Amino acid sequence: MAEKMEIKELDQVVVRFSGDSGDGMQLAGNIFSTVSATVGNDISTFPDYPADIRAPQGSLTGVSGFQVHIGEGKVYTPGDKCDVLVAMNAAALKTQYRYAKPSACIIIDTDSFCEKDLEKAAFNSNDYLGEMNIDPDRVIACPITHMVKECLADSGMDNKAILKCRNMFALGLVCWLFNRDIEIAANFLKEKFVKKPAIAENNIKVINAGYDYGHNTHSSVAGTYKIESKAAAKGRYMDITGNKATSYGLIAAAEKAGLRLFLGSYPITPATDILHELSKHKSLGVTTVQCEDEISGCASAIGASFAGALACTSTSGPGVCLKSEAINLAVIDELPLVIINVQRGGPSTGLPTKSEQTDLLQALYGRNGESPMPVIAATSPTNCFEATYTAAKIALEHMTPVILLTDAFVANGSGAWKLPDIAELPAINPPYVTPEMKDNYTPYFRNPDNQVRYWAIAGQKGYTHILGGLEKDNKTGAISTDPENHNLMCHLRAEKIAKIEVPDVEVEGCVDDADLLIVGFGGTYGHLYSAMEELNKKGYKTAHAHFEFINPLPKNTAEVLNKYKKVVVAEQNLGQFAAYLRSKVDYFVPYQFNQVKGQPFVVTELVAAFEGILKK
Amino acid sequence: MSEYTAKDFKKGQPRWCPGCGDHFFLASLHKAMAEIGVAPYNTAVISGIGCSSRLPYYVNTYAMQTVHGRAAAIATGAKVTNQNLSIWQVSGDGDGLAIGGNHFIHAMRRNIDLNIILLNNRIYGLTKGQYSPTSPRGFVSKSSPYGTVEDPFYPAELCFGARGHFFARSVATDATPTVEILKAAHAHKGAAVCEILQDCVIFNEGTHNDVYTKEGRAKNAIYLEQGKPMIFGENKEFGLMQEGFSLKVVKIGENGVTEKDLLVHDAHCEDNTLQLKLALMETKDGFPVALGVIRDVAAPTYDDAVNEQIEEIKAKKSYHNFTELLETNDTWEVK
Repeated sequence: MAEKMEIKELDQVVVRFSGDSGDGMQLAGNIFSTVSATVGNDISTFPDYPADIRAPQGSLTGVSGFQVHIGEGKVYTPGDKCDVLVAMNAAALKTQYRYAKPSACIIIDTDSFCEKDLEKAAFNSNDYLGEMNIDPDRVIACPITHMVKECLADSGMDNKAILKCRNMFALGLVCWLFNRDIEIAANFLKEKFVKKPAIAENNIKVINAGYDYGHNTHSSVAGTYKIESKAAAKGRYMDITGNKATSYGLIAAAEKAGLRLFLGSYPITPATDILHELSKHKSLGVTTVQCEDEISGCASAIGASFAGALACTSTSGPGVCLKSEAINLAVIDELPLVIINVQRGGPSTGLPTKSEQTDLLQALYGRNGESPMPVIAATSPTNCFEATYTAAKIALEHMTPVILLTDAFVANGSGAWKLPDIAELPAINPPYVTPEMKDNYTPYFRNPDNQVRYWAIAGQKGYTHILGGLEKDNKTGAISTDPENHNLMCHLRAEKIAKIEVPDVEVEGCVDDADLLIVGFGGTYGHLYSAMEELNKKGYKTAHAHFEFINPLPKNTAEVLNKYKKVVVAEQNLGQFAAYLRSKVDYFVPYQFNQVKGQPFVVTELVAAFEGILKK
Repeated sequence: MSEYTAKDFKKGQPRWCPGCGDHFFLASLHKAMAEIGVAPYNTAVISGIGCSSRLPYYVNTYAMQTVHGRAAAIATGAKVTNQNLSIWQVSGDGDGLAIGGNHFIHAMRRNIDLNIILLNNRIYGLTKGQYSPTSPRGFVSKSSPYGTVEDPFYPAELCFGARGHFFARSVATDATPTVEILKAAHAHKGAAVCEILQDCVIFNEGTHNDVYTKEGRAKNAIYLEQGKPMIFGENKEFGLMQEGFSLKVVKIGENGVTEKDLLVHDAHCEDNTLQLKLALMETKDGFPVALGVIRDVAAPTYDDAVNEQIEEIKAKKSYHNFTELLETNDTWEVK
């Protein structure tokens, strides 16, 4: 035990909570990030959970983790490795220690390191710290289970309910370690359990017990930590996950466009939270239909679009496979539709809870025929809001289905999000039919400037028409197999998408004189940006260009890619974005960094790889 | 009185083969739509793929011809979004019961207010003659040159099994009763299935031979009418009675059987046991083919329930727009 406690000032810290998937690690992590955000730290979180709901207790496959990165300034990723690892049982220590820095402080519940626990976690002896080469001085070994039982002995709760509060003890201990005001955590719990005050009270009691344990024993660590706050942009903030931000983007877009929001969806990891979130908000008139299958999710949305809704379908890669035929119907019918693909590891069922960027080419080309469609990729949990809003705006204003790519990492991760003012969001103006078109409307009558057809909504008097999957005559809308007409229609559909205006891609870092441009798309923004910052700190000159708009590409794409001596395209697939860029930009031959591990990039690995390229 | 005539709903020149049952059905649909009186712009006809799925091109309403099998799902989204639309979903036996089987049963289960037309010719016509899920066992077709080795679906059984509340049957060539069941389907709130028996003159002529002509129906069909005893036959000499767990055909006046002993049709009966028995009657077993509205039971519809729940929650919750939604979250201020 340290004689004198020291408070170290840190500019950022990463905490990883880990335990059985039923141990409530996500809740503990969420509260810790909210408490940190409330005092002005920036936050980035990432849950890492197994596909099984409740794998056998204490087993290696059942471990679930939740990582929180907090910093005084902006943080871009949930952090590579953690400064503090909470391991609620032996299996958690075994599987999660690899995510800890060599200097990390480890908090363990010694009551979950009994013989049986060690056996399940495949330890060979009682000396589990020794087996993993962990310095005991870095470990806060606390009989958490025992302490929680004692703390709640008089609560009248049954044993099972008491054990569920272990996560709060760990949270209290972490709050002590980081000099966090546990009042904020207490308020969070009071609000969360507003209808069950007894539960809130018991949880708060346990948090306090954890905090006091740390305080009274000074535990075994040399000191606690403090993370100051640097002022972010003024305004109100909340902690938001990517899936929630996506849902909010749809709600805001529907309200702005004055349309009913319709979601047709089928449960699929890791996209289901969008269905959950939207299902809650019926008071905003949101309609969600949990369909009989993925196909119906997309098909019902197409019907809703025909009847005048902002129509969406949410899914992951395997679901997109099933929806492809229906998506193509929306392409030829030129109906607005937002398709959200929260990417996960593939192929097939693959890694359902893990993150990849492997559906890019599927989004661009995974349909029969010439089937052009806008593709947008959200770059962070909070960017999901803006990306989704933009996807809806493009779908409605250009009469086209739009694919929004997010991934398990941005969907489940969270960040501090400045609440938007809906009045300031860009207007959404669908190309509705005008009274002059009444009684002589045909569905493929287009605006010659952007080739967008006009939208007559089923139920409007004077505009009856038929849409369908068969090729239509450009003028009359009747079925046509005329070769010239089909050729024209293919060109018109392509031109319509190509003419969609998207913002230029921005270059950050050493914009003018970088020796290496780091290029990525979608959910890897934070990691690539952090790698660029690290490299520049080391004295290299690098820049970062990150693509949110994939199809059409920003107008300055070729200019940016051709400006720098060396370019590396880094992506979580085997080179899909690089191949796409090469097909769009003449003479573009980038270096590539590809990793398909189902896990977010690790900044230190990126830095090492890019250093290698710089030295070539 | 409706302000519309069949002409108001007609459009284009159908391109089905001469003599195809689709022509007959289309004429009945135009007539039924006119008699129902919902404006063409408040009517939507939605189909999948196949010969019968070309039908939306020949109605002057809002219409979609979509992808194979998905019409029920597309119609579901449209109906939930705009309940004012009177939606006719048109499918064939392949489109509706093979590739679209899942959507068919779930439309039944949800009880979404659609008029579902199942044009049953027991064959894939547009792909030029393969057996369908309603083709009888042993059926010889291009894809079953030695006869099929699988049993068919009976659409009524599928509908009832999926907890359907409305099932009616008609023969495409039998205009007036067809118009009547279409009107009954429209009047029924919820998923209403109309099975239309029709021949494919090219690939499956005569599949409904026993009831396809007026004479055939006089002999081999029974027109079920609500509250009326079940009488059929060229001279109205036969009737249906219950015997044990089954039905039996009796001759009125024989063995002391009078009209009073006959079953009286009750399409509104919640218990579908007898309705199913009626729907499954076949001439090969010595029974007449049941035509008319076989089942018509009131039940809450999905589209009503979805929209009512939205109104209920709107009244209950305090947030009704995006800005108010944001306020429901834990937030903090950076000053």
